[in-house]
Amino acid sequence: MPSFVNPEKCDGCKGGEKTACMYICPNDLMVLNADEMRAYNQEPDQCWECYSCVKICPQGAIEVRHYADIAPMGGYVQPMRGTDSIMWTIKFRNGNMKRFKFPIRTTPEGSIKPYEGKPTPGADQLDSELLFTSENYYPSPDRATCKPSDFA
Amino acid sequence: MALRNKPQWELLAEPDLSKVPVEEKHYDALLVGGGMACCGAAFEIGAWLPDGATCALVDKAALERSGAVAQGLSAINTYIGENTPADYVRMVRNDLMGVVREDLIFDLGRHVDDSVHHFEEWGLPIWKKEGSEGKKLVEGGVPVRTGKWQIMINGESYKCIVAEAAKAALETKGYDLIERVFIVKLLLDANKENTIAGAVGFNLRENKVHVYTCKAMLVACGGAVNIFRPRSTDEGKGRAWYPVWNAGSTYTLCMQVGAEMTMMENRFTPSRFKDGYGPVGAWFLLFKATVTNGYGEHYVKSDRAKAELEKYAPYGLAPVTPTCLRNHLMLFEMKEGRGPIYMDTAAALNAFLEEKKASGMDEKALKKYWKELEAEAWEDFLDMSVGQAGLWASMNIEPEKVGSEIMPTEPYMLGSHSGCCGIWVSGPNEDWVPDDYKWGYNRMTTVNGLFTAGDGVGASGHKFSSGSHAEGRIAAKAMARYIRDNADFTPTLAVSADDLKAEIYKPVTVYYENYQKTTDEMVNPNYIKPRHMMERLMKYTDEYGGGWSPYYMTNGKLLDIVMQHLQWLREDSEKMAAGGLHELLRAWENLHRIWTVEDHLRHIQFREESRYPGFYYRGDFMQADDKDYDAGGWKCFVNSKYDPKTGEWTCMKKKCHQIISD
Repeated sequence: MPSFVNPEKCDGCKGGEKTACMYICPNDLMVLNADEMRAYNQEPDQCWECYSCVKICPQGAIEVRHYADIAPMGGYVQPMRGTDSIMWTIKFRNGNMKRFKFPIRTTPEGSIKPYEGKPTPGADQLDSELLFTSENYYPSPDRATCKPSDFA
Repeated sequence: MALRNKPQWELLAEPDLSKVPVEEKHYDALLVGGGMACCGAAFEIGAWLPDGATCALVDKAALERSGAVAQGLSAINTYIGENTPADYVRMVRNDLMGVVREDLIFDLGRHVDDSVHHFEEWGLPIWKKEGSEGKKLVEGGVPVRTGKWQIMINGESYKCIVAEAAKAALETKGYDLIERVFIVKLLLDANKENTIAGAVGFNLRENKVHVYTCKAMLVACGGAVNIFRPRSTDEGKGRAWYPVWNAGSTYTLCMQVGAEMTMMENRFTPSRFKDGYGPVGAWFLLFKATVTNGYGEHYVKSDRAKAELEKYAPYGLAPVTPTCLRNHLMLFEMKEGRGPIYMDTAAALNAFLEEKKASGMDEKALKKYWKELEAEAWEDFLDMSVGQAGLWASMNIEPEKVGSEIMPTEPYMLGSHSGCCGIWVSGPNEDWVPDDYKWGYNRMTTVNGLFTAGDGVGASGHKFSSGSHAEGRIAAKAMARYIRDNADFTPTLAVSADDLKAEIYKPVTVYYENYQKTTDEMVNPNYIKPRHMMERLMKYTDEYGGGWSPYYMTNGKLLDIVMQHLQWLREDSEKMAAGGLHELLRAWENLHRIWTVEDHLRHIQFREESRYPGFYYRGDFMQADDKDYDAGGWKCFVNSKYDPKTGEWTCMKKKCHQIISD
């Protein structure tokens, strides 16, 4: 089900430093044609239909058309991804529709402070097999230090 | 219209190598890959490297959506919780037919939950049972378990969240994040024997070669996909089960510098919803769906299925049937003409409704309950396999009304899911670990300074996303220790930067020397395009190496034939041609695929039994042997080693220790 770009909506991210779909595609498929200022999928038969480009496109210009050699025509699945939830619209070949909304994240984007409030074990701890947060392990640090003989 | 003998790519590759700069950089620690394992490593390593140390993570894609979790996940499959690491070892050992590294699995089991707790702290929504909603796991929240080890999540943004933490960790420590650089080759030290010194790759956005030297390196860039002919054809080939961009790079990169490999004969041939490859775990475990044959029989309970399982005792008789043997039963039904196999989604969902009706739930409450149940069923696909939802929509499938076919897919190679191929690594440096399982640094390969995690570590499957993250952390700490212990080491490359550039850009050189010798750049006797290389590889592995078309069957004779083809493929890989940067990526990925598959098939050739019935069969050795190594049996590891000096490959048996009691 390769992604495709609607030329009426795509603005090539206005020639900014990065074209969003080109930036995000895990398989290096989305690419900007700078002459036309439109993006396209340069290798549709290697598209994993992961929807990363669809979800990130600021113009909502990217959709997915089901693999032509697998699926009967007419099915459609389109997300609208916000900062804390995602809304999916599913249209069946027979015209039936379904809509679902799911949470995606409980914290604001960009808010993660990975080391704030975490243990800072000294270099003398480097020889143990414990990780730097093991002393805070829930429910007990014993889990991190256990050995097979503890369960004999 | 212009003749078609021009490169078709937006970003062209530069044939004049004097215009391709080489950027050389040194780091103390280099992380190659961007999935869960490398994100875990990026988080951990900053806590242990001394001030002033340098580190970089190099990803061929964008960290926010790279790796196997790019699309999201609907569950975390490894959360120990109220269970014990010892029971975790027992589960993995049974599922993988007895031959596993119990030290690595136990070690992972004791650390994995800490990663899950961090995911939740960073913002991943984890489902909680009624009565503990809103409480985090570390506040006593009780997760919704599907199976004994799995917990449900709202995981659309799982990778985005984990990547954000990794990025923030790198930034806090002043380390580099390098995206869109594809590492294609590792480099050994010129002076110190069997020691990693660096890696080389190229930029996917501009014509530029990158040479990195380092003291320690983590290579964790996924498993191998598109190595056997897919069931899909044409446009549908991208719809692989595992991410299509996993090209076996982890295995090939490490193998080529002499890292010992283990259990590379193992593969994973998942049974998934046909054509869309949607996950089946939640249907089995959460919705309690059963699988039937074409005649509606619950065939796994039949006497003939029991007889099949008895052939593979003790694993076939275990309370939980190993994944490969579940496949075996499915294939048995299909071959006997009782297909297709169905997941009975309708009966499962209706059973929930009937149960509620019977308990006296009124119409309104029942309607609300159904809405929730339906949303859960669809979310399972939408979180991690959107294409399956699209396929259901295209075929008007409503799971409460009709079942869906399931089917074993083409084979994949991986070490983190329900497979266990990979690299032979040191276990924890602790007394209880057998001496032949440890050489000082946890998760270090047999090459000094070279570490791996996730899909890279062999003989310890069932880590999944959380376990891969935790294993990246374990490896990262050991790397910091290695760097401390080798503070005086200065990596020295034996090959000049210009020679490396010429090697990496060879497909570009080949292309531009020949592309106008015919009128169509796709048909040219002087070179082979990467896409044709991949198709050829997949055709022969499928036909001779036990792909889906011969029902996963191979034998010694067939393997001899595929080995000849692999030899020709390797020779022809010298003539791969790339006109654009994207095509250069594909050329190198395919080289990685060819090497990985060769090692896979060498292992299958060496192991004279069928260890994983349902994943592959040796027609000449159909049994799974339970005789120990000491008794000359096959209940042992098969390891292999490519010698970078001589170009020779050797396979060997290694003893498998039982550490955790039955």
